[in-house]
Amino acid sequence: MKKTRKAAALISGGLDSLLAAKVILEQGIHVEGINFFTGFCVEGHTHAIRKKDKAKPKRNNALWVAEQLGIKLHIIDIIEEYKDVVINPKHGYGSNLNPCLDCKIFMVHKAKEWIQEHGFDFIITGEVVGQRPKSQRKDTMPVIASESGADELLLRPLCAKNLPPSKPELEGWVDRDKLHGFEGRTRKPQMALAAEFGFQDYAQPAGGCCFLTDRQYSQKLADLWKARGSRRYELDDIMLLKVGRHLRPRPHFKMIIGREDGENKFLHGYRKQYTHLFTRSHKGPLVLIDGDVTQEDVDLAAQIAARFSQGRNAAKVELEVQWLEGDRQTLSVVPIAVEAIEKDWYL
Amino acid sequence: MSNYELDARRMLCPMPVIRTQDKVVQLKPGDTLCVICTDPGAVHDIPAWCRVNGHQVMDIQQQEEEIRISVLVCDAR
Repeated sequence: MKKTRKAAALISGGLDSLLAAKVILEQGIHVEGINFFTGFCVEGHTHAIRKKDKAKPKRNNALWVAEQLGIKLHIIDIIEEYKDVVINPKHGYGSNLNPCLDCKIFMVHKAKEWIQEHGFDFIITGEVVGQRPKSQRKDTMPVIASESGADELLLRPLCAKNLPPSKPELEGWVDRDKLHGFEGRTRKPQMALAAEFGFQDYAQPAGGCCFLTDRQYSQKLADLWKARGSRRYELDDIMLLKVGRHLRPRPHFKMIIGREDGENKFLHGYRKQYTHLFTRSHKGPLVLIDGDVTQEDVDLAAQIAARFSQGRNAAKVELEVQWLEGDRQTLSVVPIAVEAIEKDWYL
Repeated sequence: MSNYELDARRMLCPMPVIRTQDKVVQLKPGDTLCVICTDPGAVHDIPAWCRVNGHQVMDIQQQEEEIRISVLVCDAR
């Protein structure tokens, strides 16, 4: 009896990985999905912290894709190991702090470990030659295969015909003729294939799935590293970079200011880890202060917080400060003038 | 058959799902796992994870900010 071959598909939740897995499923291969969580993933839920975004779908796209395909999905926490990819990318960054090529090499490498551990035969990804300027180029495809250690066990069903045959093709596990030769940045072939398979609803094509590709987010991460004097981070740090308005009025401290109720609630969960303040006399933000601060610093932070409250035009705004050490303090301050907030305080 | 509890409060998705998944693989069919979480996204994601991986959500209860999701571990090989 012919052995059923097993493939692990890297599922990002986007269209390409959906199609790549479907193409292989159609060939009678047993496919299971792997989704890696780096901490920088753009999740609908992170956006949904903000009340104004509550109407957006809250689904996890990778799970949704797995459900459409009828395959299992294994979500793998790689937060700790991924730090080295972000901090020391061998192939450098893209236009922001996005280490796309190193990221892909790392993920395929992890997938290789996974298939060995779970008795799977090969790995598939939704990569397309020429689709991404940093990681999906003709010259980077073999780099990913070799540096990840996956070598000929890595199959890209959407562009396989533009690449040398992989082991699954050479061994006849999959029919190369039924694979594709997509190339370049156009999305039309993927959309046509999606229509052919009857997929009408899918995550926006070519949408960024990683905060590190975002300029403002990368600036905030670079600021964090600079302020700490070293390139390191914890999960809470990178989560907080996704939320609130970030201002650094002095080199030694930063303020994270909730922009509305949803963010205030989220920041409230961190209140025991930071000196924080909130307005009492008027509706306003919860503010976390990241850094070792003096009374003078907190007075300034209170004036800034007052400016972002509904008391911005009041003569005085009352705030409560809760110092990290546990002391409570009430302050009554004049909101800082708009023009006194320097532009480069905003991160 | 045993009942277990998992504290996933303050975690943002997909962390509650990952913690659920990592716990479920240690359990036996028939065991139940009550996941306590605060991210509203878990209400969608944990059931979705159960559907794709062959487990069953028995009950979802929400009280103010806290959500309790009961998962029945099934034989999902």
